Amino acid sequence: MALKLNQSEFEIERDKNKCISCQVCVRQCSNDVHEYDSDGDTIYSDNIRCVGCHRCENLCPTGALKIKDREAQFRTNYNWTKAHLRNIYKQADSGGVLLTGMGCDKPYTVYWDHILFNASQVTNPSIDPLREPMEIRTFIGRKPDSLEFEIDKGSKDTGVKLKTKIPTQLELSTPIMFSAMSYGSISFNACKSLAAAASEFGTYYNTGEGGLHRDLYKYAKNTIVQVASGRYGVDVDYLNKGSAIEIKIGQGAKPGIGGHLPGEKVTRDISNTRMIPEGTDAISPAPHHDIYSIEDLAQLIYALKEATDWSKPIGVKVSAVHNIAPIASGIVRAGADFVAIDGLRGGTGAAPQTIRDNVGIPIELAIASVDERLREEGIRHKASIIAAGSIRSSADVVKAIALGADAVYIGTAALIAMGCHLCQKCYTGKCNWGIATQDPYLTKRLNPEIGTRRLLNLLRGWSLEIKEMLGGAGINAIESLKGNREHLRGIGLNDRELAVLGIKHAGEAW
Amino acid sequence: MNGLDGINKIKRDTQEYFTRFRIPSGCAIFGVINEAGERFSGRTVMDGISIMHERSNGLGGGFAAYGIYPQFDNDWAFHIFYDDMEAKRQTEGEIAVNFKVLLSEEIPTRRISQIANPPLVYRYFLKLKNNFKMYGKSTTGSDVKRQAAEEKKEDCIVSFVMHVNRDIGGAYIISSGKNMGIFKGVGFPEDIGQFFRLDEYEGYLWTSHGRFPTNSVGWWGGAHPFGLLDWSVVHNGEISSYGTNKRFVSGFGYECTLSTDTEVITYLLDLIVRKQKIDIEMVHLILASPLWEEIERMPDDKREVLKALRILYGSALINGPFSIIAGNSNFMYALNDRIKLRPLVAARKDKYLFISSEEAPIRKVCPSPDSLWHPDGGEPVMGVINKKESSNRKNKSKNLVKMDNLIR
Amino acid sequence: MLERRGDLRMKKIYIQEEYCIGCRLCEIYCQVKHSKSKKIIKAFKEEIIDILPRVLVEEIGYNSFAIQCRHCTDAPCVEACISGAMQKNKNTGVVTFDEDKCVGCWSCIMVCPYGVIRRDLSSKKIASKCDLCVDEDIPVCVKNCPNEALKFMDKDTDEKNRMRNKK
Repeated sequence: MALKLNQSEFEIERDKNKCISCQVCVRQCSNDVHEYDSDGDTIYSDNIRCVGCHRCENLCPTGALKIKDREAQFRTNYNWTKAHLRNIYKQADSGGVLLTGMGCDKPYTVYWDHILFNASQVTNPSIDPLREPMEIRTFIGRKPDSLEFEIDKGSKDTGVKLKTKIPTQLELSTPIMFSAMSYGSISFNACKSLAAAASEFGTYYNTGEGGLHRDLYKYAKNTIVQVASGRYGVDVDYLNKGSAIEIKIGQGAKPGIGGHLPGEKVTRDISNTRMIPEGTDAISPAPHHDIYSIEDLAQLIYALKEATDWSKPIGVKVSAVHNIAPIASGIVRAGADFVAIDGLRGGTGAAPQTIRDNVGIPIELAIASVDERLREEGIRHKASIIAAGSIRSSADVVKAIALGADAVYIGTAALIAMGCHLCQKCYTGKCNWGIATQDPYLTKRLNPEIGTRRLLNLLRGWSLEIKEMLGGAGINAIESLKGNREHLRGIGLNDRELAVLGIKHAGEAW
Repeated sequence: MNGLDGINKIKRDTQEYFTRFRIPSGCAIFGVINEAGERFSGRTVMDGISIMHERSNGLGGGFAAYGIYPQFDNDWAFHIFYDDMEAKRQTEGEIAVNFKVLLSEEIPTRRISQIANPPLVYRYFLKLKNNFKMYGKSTTGSDVKRQAAEEKKEDCIVSFVMHVNRDIGGAYIISSGKNMGIFKGVGFPEDIGQFFRLDEYEGYLWTSHGRFPTNSVGWWGGAHPFGLLDWSVVHNGEISSYGTNKRFVSGFGYECTLSTDTEVITYLLDLIVRKQKIDIEMVHLILASPLWEEIERMPDDKREVLKALRILYGSALINGPFSIIAGNSNFMYALNDRIKLRPLVAARKDKYLFISSEEAPIRKVCPSPDSLWHPDGGEPVMGVINKKESSNRKNKSKNLVKMDNLIR
Repeated sequence: MLERRGDLRMKKIYIQEEYCIGCRLCEIYCQVKHSKSKKIIKAFKEEIIDILPRVLVEEIGYNSFAIQCRHCTDAPCVEACISGAMQKNKNTGVVTFDEDKCVGCWSCIMVCPYGVIRRDLSSKKIASKCDLCVDEDIPVCVKNCPNEALKFMDKDTDEKNRMRNKK
């Protein structure tokens, strides 16, 4: 066999003074890194198999393990980085498309980290969220152009009735929803945790293109069902169960191509839910083969509206690409009730590495330009915009809304809350944390009770922080933050970036 | 262009210089309306607002007066400020395209030492030509074909005002209504009143404002009131939702060019009341909506109405402390923010309704009112003109009483 | 029937096998608890020969679960014990084991229907069995299960409460 050129990415340091050879690490590693040797009562670790998921390190009862980045592999070269070298070695070995998981990790500018939020002082009092009401209730859906009322001033009661019928809205207790993650890319226990947490907190989760499992029907009131290019699991029951329907045209991690679920992850349950044969790769087509132009999308949107009796919001999810502004405008005019935009840093269970890292644009710029364009055309009020693609903290949420989004989707953040360590090996199906796997031995590791609890904690913590930031800026209702770019300032950005974002630089006043 | 781009190239102390800086407003407001439509001298409001001298710092004062041009009561009355004659020439050229000029003249002023460096102040009485053209994009949100002719004319005036304010350097249309006018500038309000000889005018509704801007100098266009068509707004407070409100109205064709957050309130009112046709008595439910916890406790019909208003007009909610007095030809309307962060006092005497930041000005002009109260946060106060045209509104005044000289 | 009433208010350890990940940390912490030093590294490096875990993890394929003494209502081991070392405490319901009285006949091991009593090969006489960690708030196996698969609760009272709430 020819020499394999790649070396290990990680180094496992085991402190012999602390290791008690309890073998927890041996049992817990799905990549068979650790091996127990009974002769010497010691454990040997094979560095090259380690993916850096930190499962063994976290479970070790004595803290004897440390997983380190293996530095100094090659001579320092800012052009031919070790990532490029490793990729070429791998491709020369295999001849295939290099896959990866989760979101783009390359050092492009993260604009969230160059935007600062405002606080009120002297001329305008800040508001204390612990003592005063602070409203972050959010509505997603199509808004009518105007309202008509029946007014009867002589009446003893209220005297005014609403005549216009408002299209159904999704009502969120916080402007954060769980992003689309399909049953298949993640385990059933993970889906259940997302559904239960969304239900209890009063927000929504998204089925992704994996269809809706029977056992999750009880969370239907908080479910957004997705119709993706593969149409997995789509039948009339599915459409009617969800509270909203999202047509997935693209996702930020892999603009222009469809979803990919490797055959290893297609178990019997997945096969039933998605309605595909067991063990086959589930590769969604790149476009929807009935949507080749904007008018086809309008046709599908209205078909879904008819199929569901116009009773729920129908939205569209797209990746952020260069022409996102006119694309979004077209989608709104095609009748969508909400537009979800997924940026360059969006996560995924499996994508070709080269597409994940090189295609698309950051969500911050996309939201700013979409909001601007829709306002210029006078159609911003018609549909809601949802920002997705690496929302990492409550500060990112506040900034996204100030740039113009109505709400955000979180995917990676939710998985991290449940234990993900971003080792980017989701496509292998060997997720040691029981999240991105269907292996029954591994899926047990995510207890939905714990998963739900952690997600609720995340939502609660972020919501409180959002309220603190709003109060500090003298705002007591999130509606007054939407598109309020006066409360943002850029730092360390050049004029063009400031112009695209539509914000001033830090230090400039009104 | 915004912020400090090219700021060094612009002449200091001109309007163009100051339009780069947004100036928040601390201040004093005072308004009086005679609900029978009987006109009274501007002296009343000048006396009232001068009592609140300490709330201003002399860097802005202004008045809105209704019913002051009875001889032109059906024609458009434009008050325009010019930095220089070039701006005047350009603007008059634009005016000639769409309007027939009945009269154009300098607004009569009195020279007083307290007012320095005024811009050129002119007024025009105009008739809109039948073949008028619109500027910029038309406002959306309504079916253009079904619009009444009157509404189309009003939209044209709005587009014209936006065009001049945005596109002609050094020219600002300060008021654009019929039989009303706005007089304002840099100075204490009572001095501005003296400057514009407001004691010589008589109107049935007067509002006034004294300013305390937190920038080091003010500019004439940035003083209150702000006007569009026959709307005028004076405001005490700072709008923390300004960015949101501004973006919301910009989608409907209104551009904020005068560097003061109050401007956006005027456009919100025009949009909500005139274009979206929401009854003025419901406007406080949008601008100062009740909290969700209150809405949940309301009866079904009312809850549905409020929920719909908040869903649709969330971007029109005004956050941050405010007391505003808005006027138009038919009514005077006052409102506080929903958690009452600014003062507002109201009083009634016979036909008169007074609204003020403090009680003292009311007492000065009307020592013993019939009733005096402090409105709650989010609770509007309205005085309505009891004319035949507006007879479909509920009559808020009591018996008709002859005006006697309670008020000097 | 006196015993039965005592049992109704007793908290026991229950396993949710769908969440047991087979890591055996329960065994390890049980050993630490019953060691002399009670410190994990010291116990394992110096004392390991002498400590047996009282909880056992059974595994077939990807199914696993931890099992320990069930503190049965009519405990067979108590009946079978010839020396009276095995006793069921009438107040707490815990089946206790007295090391001094044990003669190493191992009858208890043979009759236990769950197989949760173990021989102590070093001394050849003493059996080791779960004691519900009576001096802790909750047993250490429950506290340290990383996936919360073990639960310490009173199922019978919980059941009664659930039935009462349903009405």
